Amino acid sequence: MSARTRELFALIPVALLVTAGFTAVLITNSDQLGNLSVLYGGYFLALCVAVHMIIRIRLPDADPYLFPLVALLAAFGMVMLFRLNEGLARDQANWFVLGLILFSATIIFLREYEALERYRYLIALAGIVLLIMPRFLGHATNDAFLAVDLGPITFQPTELAKICIVVFLASYLNEHREVLVVGARNVFGLVLPPLKHLGPLLVVWGAAMVLLVFIRDLGSSVMFFGAFLALLYVATGRLSFVIIGLALFVVGAWFFAHTAAHIQERFDIWLDPFHDAGGSGYQLSQSIFAQADGGLFGKGLGDSLVQLPGCNHGFPDRCAILPAPHTDFIYAVIVDELGFAGGAAVVLIYALIAERGFKTAILAEDGFSKLLATGLTAIFALQAFVIIGGVTRVIPLTGVTLPFISYGGSSIVANFILLALLLMISDKARRRVRIQNETRLG
Amino acid sequence: MNRQIVKLFGFLLVLYALLFGFTSYWSIFDSSDLKANQANRRPLLEEQRIRRGTILAADGSVIARSRQVGSGNNKVYVRRYPQGGLFGNPIGYSFVTQGRVGFELSHNDELVGNQTEFLSVLDELRGHAQEGDNIQSSLDPAAQEAAVNGLAGRRGSVVAIVPSTGEVRAMVSIPEYDPNEIPKSFAQLNRDQSAPLFNRATQAGYPPGSTMKVVTATAALDSGDFTPSSTLSGRSPIEIEGVALSNSGGEQFGTIDMTTALTNSVNTWWAQAGEKLGKDTMFKYMERFGFNAKPRLDYPGFQRATSGVFDGNTLLGPGDLIDIGRVAIGQERLRVTPLQMAEVAATVANNGELMEPRLWSKVIDADGRETKLNPARQSRVMSEETAAELNDMMQNVVAEGTGTAGAVSGIDVAGKTGTAEISNGVNDAWFIGFAPADDPQIAISCIVEHTSGFGGPTCGPIFKAVAESILQGSSGG
Repeated sequence: MSARTRELFALIPVALLVTAGFTAVLITNSDQLGNLSVLYGGYFLALCVAVHMIIRIRLPDADPYLFPLVALLAAFGMVMLFRLNEGLARDQANWFVLGLILFSATIIFLREYEALERYRYLIALAGIVLLIMPRFLGHATNDAFLAVDLGPITFQPTELAKICIVVFLASYLNEHREVLVVGARNVFGLVLPPLKHLGPLLVVWGAAMVLLVFIRDLGSSVMFFGAFLALLYVATGRLSFVIIGLALFVVGAWFFAHTAAHIQERFDIWLDPFHDAGGSGYQLSQSIFAQADGGLFGKGLGDSLVQLPGCNHGFPDRCAILPAPHTDFIYAVIVDELGFAGGAAVVLIYALIAERGFKTAILAEDGFSKLLATGLTAIFALQAFVIIGGVTRVIPLTGVTLPFISYGGSSIVANFILLALLLMISDKARRRVRIQNETRLG
Repeated sequence: MNRQIVKLFGFLLVLYALLFGFTSYWSIFDSSDLKANQANRRPLLEEQRIRRGTILAADGSVIARSRQVGSGNNKVYVRRYPQGGLFGNPIGYSFVTQGRVGFELSHNDELVGNQTEFLSVLDELRGHAQEGDNIQSSLDPAAQEAAVNGLAGRRGSVVAIVPSTGEVRAMVSIPEYDPNEIPKSFAQLNRDQSAPLFNRATQAGYPPGSTMKVVTATAALDSGDFTPSSTLSGRSPIEIEGVALSNSGGEQFGTIDMTTALTNSVNTWWAQAGEKLGKDTMFKYMERFGFNAKPRLDYPGFQRATSGVFDGNTLLGPGDLIDIGRVAIGQERLRVTPLQMAEVAATVANNGELMEPRLWSKVIDADGRETKLNPARQSRVMSEETAAELNDMMQNVVAEGTGTAGAVSGIDVAGKTGTAEISNGVNDAWFIGFAPADDPQIAISCIVEHTSGFGGPTCGPIFKAVAESILQGSSGG
């Protein structure tokens, strides 16, 4: 069976899951069942098959599992949002369509992703502009500058910035990895990169710190710096570089934790969310309480307690027992309704996507492709870890979206572009492998 | 670079394993502790969405039911109490804003249908929503009404117990409150000087006065130190613990036997008997009756007061400095609940065996399966012979002594009056007893606070009215 046919078949269970999910929510909400859920399932399948056809034409050799896995996450998100508020699901469906359009545009118009390497400084500049934009054009949510207001919609530039930064890092490290390794000096038992090339790396560290203080976005900061360390490690093979980087980050974070009140508070809440469960610790303790209600299999789709009884005005922005159930805390709602089994399934899907992404990096031939695939996969997987980890108190809570599941257009659109790049790398790598195999057999 | 990529993936899997671990910890392993966390309001909100079980009275009438408000995902159930204040104190209330008390609290698990997760998963698969069980209470509306009418607005309490099973047929505390008013006027009720939210039947500690002589008589007879014909002097006043003690109204008696002393409630006789028995024997029998421990009623712990001798809030024992002669006649620092004194009467009525008191008699689950109360023995307080002798003596009290007002026409009644003087001319008036004396169906205690009247004339008629109501009900079917 060809890769594309496998992809097509994998989309069918996803569409069935969407249908089943919508059915469950509809039954719980209204005790009646029309053909509505079948209709939604049908639309979903039609959209996915249309995009599948584009992949079939443009990227015939690309990894067959990535797109269905992403569709599965999107389906999960759509059902959860539908369960919270029908309007949110409709918005999200529109974003999903826009994401698919940009995904298709990327693979149709960006003929050679290697072209990105030539514009790496321009891309890096764009990334930095995107990152600091909210400070000037946006407003603060929970003390962090995360979004830019563009008329009726808000836009989270960080989501797009992460792709720009990864493209730059992959390209830069690919070019300099040799000198970083060869020029390394052993100083007091520590293997340090050569001073000449240390500069740019310190710049990246500095950028992460600026992000932390200027944008006050601990989550994105961890995500970017994590992806940077992952790339540095893969490019040079030197664990010591990673340890130095990590130490620098921890020192920086520790310093700001003691000087910047908002970061300090995040840490205090993390250490004891129940200390002020009615005040500063409210979000995290409610997140944990919601998960406690889930048990092994959850309360069932549509059956958990998300809305204050009798409060009907503008849920989920108001009246929510657990704040932001559609964005930051959607994972807690999933665990509440589908239990540990549901939460574990979500984490497993991210793990499988990461596996396909890293597999792509291993199959890729040239350094840039390898590093780009690694970087894109790492930042995607780290984003999922940062928000799920925050919601489950593994790490301090920060506000990043859960890729493909959380409500929000910027996140969906940016992650579809990320997926497009990953599939393009995969297509090229797997075509080479296929041709190699064919010539060997022929 | 491939080796590093594989290692990077491995590291990522370790991070994801942490997510698995923490998610399972919150959702499964630490789940019950989190649900019990003070800051967690979800269980309360959650229970609002469950149709809480109905509470029925012994005659099948509804005491409390849940009414649905709103619909779909936003529906909640709100508690209604169709009989208003008649069952206010014993049953209590259950509202999200004020929480719950009384029977509603002590039977919460059944009323909301709490069960293990395995069973709820089965229910989920069978398509059942969690639903509360219905509970039939042992309380009888006719008896409640008779008690409320008898007290006629005077502060006090009545408790009626079926001696052979421990079922509580009546539990009234005046002033009452209407639980339907709780969400609106809780603060006001809570401030009210007359303490309507305070269940006097189980929470109030009153001096028992001469009703305590039933306990003393039990100790005297059952220990073998006395017989009904044992004699002591009944002159007044005498010195007890160096302080003069008089009979009611300064009445003088010669050397009289125990039956006469109980019939006429001769204080000096019983104080001497108490001193002869001593603290150890007195406390032994008090504890058998349930004193010095929380009563074993199916009721919230904080609403069950202990009866005994108190110094402030400290419970005293036989090792403490106590004037046992005055304890024997219900004075000293003795504080008892109306429930405790009803248990004393019920024990004598049940041939000396105390049954654990119960407010429920039947649980009916959503599928109609019934679980009936299985009466539990609490203790053998006295021998059957002692109980029979005491029964005869208590019949005398009603036939020709201080308790004639408690007599019910056509049947023999056993009883004991009590009048505890709080200050000059202000008494707590008591009557405890049971009927019919030869085949006891009901044991009742009655107290009226701060009245100018005496135990017999004040509480006797209330005892009579409640007993008649219950005996008519049971004989009529």
